[in-house]
Amino acid sequence: MDDMKEKVLEYIIDEYLDEDDEDDVSYDSPLISSGIVDSFSMVSLKRFLENKYSIKLSDEEATPEAFDTVDSICRLVSKHLG
Amino acid sequence: MAFSDGTRNLFADEIKRIKEDGLFKEKRFICSEQDAEIEVEYPEGAAHKKVLNFCANNYLGLSSHPEVIKAAHEGLDNRGYGMSSVRFICGTQDIHRELQDKVSAFLGMEDTLLFPSCMDANSGVFEAILNQEDVIIADRLIHASLVDGIRLCSAVYDTYKHMDMKHLEKKLKLHQDKRTRLVVTDGVFSMDGDLAPLDEIVALCNRYDAMVLVDDSHASGFIGKTGRGTHEYFDVIDGIDLITTTFGKGLGGASGGCVSGRSELIELCRQKARPYLFSNSLAPPIVNASIKVFDLISTNTERRDKLEWNTKYFREKMEEAGLNMRPGETPIVPVMLYNAKLANDMARDMYAEGIYVIGFCFPVVPAGKARIRVQLSAAHEKEHLDKCVQAFKKVGDKYGILGLGKNEIIEKYGR
Repeated sequence: MDDMKEKVLEYIIDEYLDEDDEDDVSYDSPLISSGIVDSFSMVSLKRFLENKYSIKLSDEEATPEAFDTVDSICRLVSKHLG
Repeated sequence: MAFSDGTRNLFADEIKRIKEDGLFKEKRFICSEQDAEIEVEYPEGAAHKKVLNFCANNYLGLSSHPEVIKAAHEGLDNRGYGMSSVRFICGTQDIHRELQDKVSAFLGMEDTLLFPSCMDANSGVFEAILNQEDVIIADRLIHASLVDGIRLCSAVYDTYKHMDMKHLEKKLKLHQDKRTRLVVTDGVFSMDGDLAPLDEIVALCNRYDAMVLVDDSHASGFIGKTGRGTHEYFDVIDGIDLITTTFGKGLGGASGGCVSGRSELIELCRQKARPYLFSNSLAPPIVNASIKVFDLISTNTERRDKLEWNTKYFREKMEEAGLNMRPGETPIVPVMLYNAKLANDMARDMYAEGIYVIGFCFPVVPAGKARIRVQLSAAHEKEHLDKCVQAFKKVGDKYGILGLGKNEIIEKYGR
């Protein structure tokens, strides 16, 4: 789980933060409600998770709430991994 | 009564919160024509004050140009006041067709469709041409009206970091499984005044089979050597598939907008774009005046050349004075202050000095990147520019920010 959190956090920093952004993002930082990740551009995060962990996330599951922190994202992915 | 006290209080509380957050937009009244020198009533009820306007989108100074006004009068006399119809029923006159043809010729596109505004053009274009099998890949700082239009469309929506071509390439590779890809960008970004690298964007789109849409509202009429826009500046006129733009800024400043581009895409907009189908035609005086604007700017480049000179001169003098600006070459000059209160306080003091500028803060610009956005015009004379620079020197000195860089201003005032 910790390894997954690290990978997801690394992806989010690389994908969504600009070089001059000074936001300090951790596992429990709000991502969507804080505006770091635009809810309409969650698609790349969803695709990253699906490809990386060979799972399929339905639109009903991939909600802004479920994607709001690294912790909640990893909980969702873990559920699929059994 | 359906509007009970409880309901009223609900909305009153929301207004109160907007005020408490410092985001309340006050009323300001212009009591003259739109021009470089205007008369303003501010605050509401105050005596009129003559100020120099440095916050209008009147880039080419055509808002109150005598020939444009004359053409509007002729439109009114010869074709009437309004159409009382949407375009496709009985709202299209010969002058609507003439304006569309002029726009196509000016922008170097195959066909054009008029909309009541560019906001409407951006609202309608995506849904008309794309569906859930397609993907839209947009720069993260595109204008709010494009974002709204994209939200109305069923295509997958992805974004790339502002002007980051490596990131765009990654996204283009990622979405190769889609039916079509549409890359969306502003030509000139309205808050930073920076130019999207259309040459690189077009090259990537050619490599990865994607279409390009550019909103050139802050460029049409003056960017590029003959003012055609950002695509002319980067010499990629043939590489652009769609341009949306407005007649409400450089091109006369009244209202109206359009989508211009590949004929099949424009035809689909004509058949399916909801703001085109369900909103009234552009009024004849505006259509006729817009035709005159295109005649004026197609005949010579005098006005865009003057704007270019004004921009260079103003930026040089502001730099000498020690103001911290985002570098660039467009007539949008952001004076970076980072702190919202500082931006608003300085804008208020500038007004007292007879210069009308506005402070921009979150959510219009990212938090911690507050600024005063100066907009230059071909209507400005050298003495107007000098007066503005002098006022910035005086006000900047009062707040002790002259000669300071980003970190020093943040250290002094916080973000």
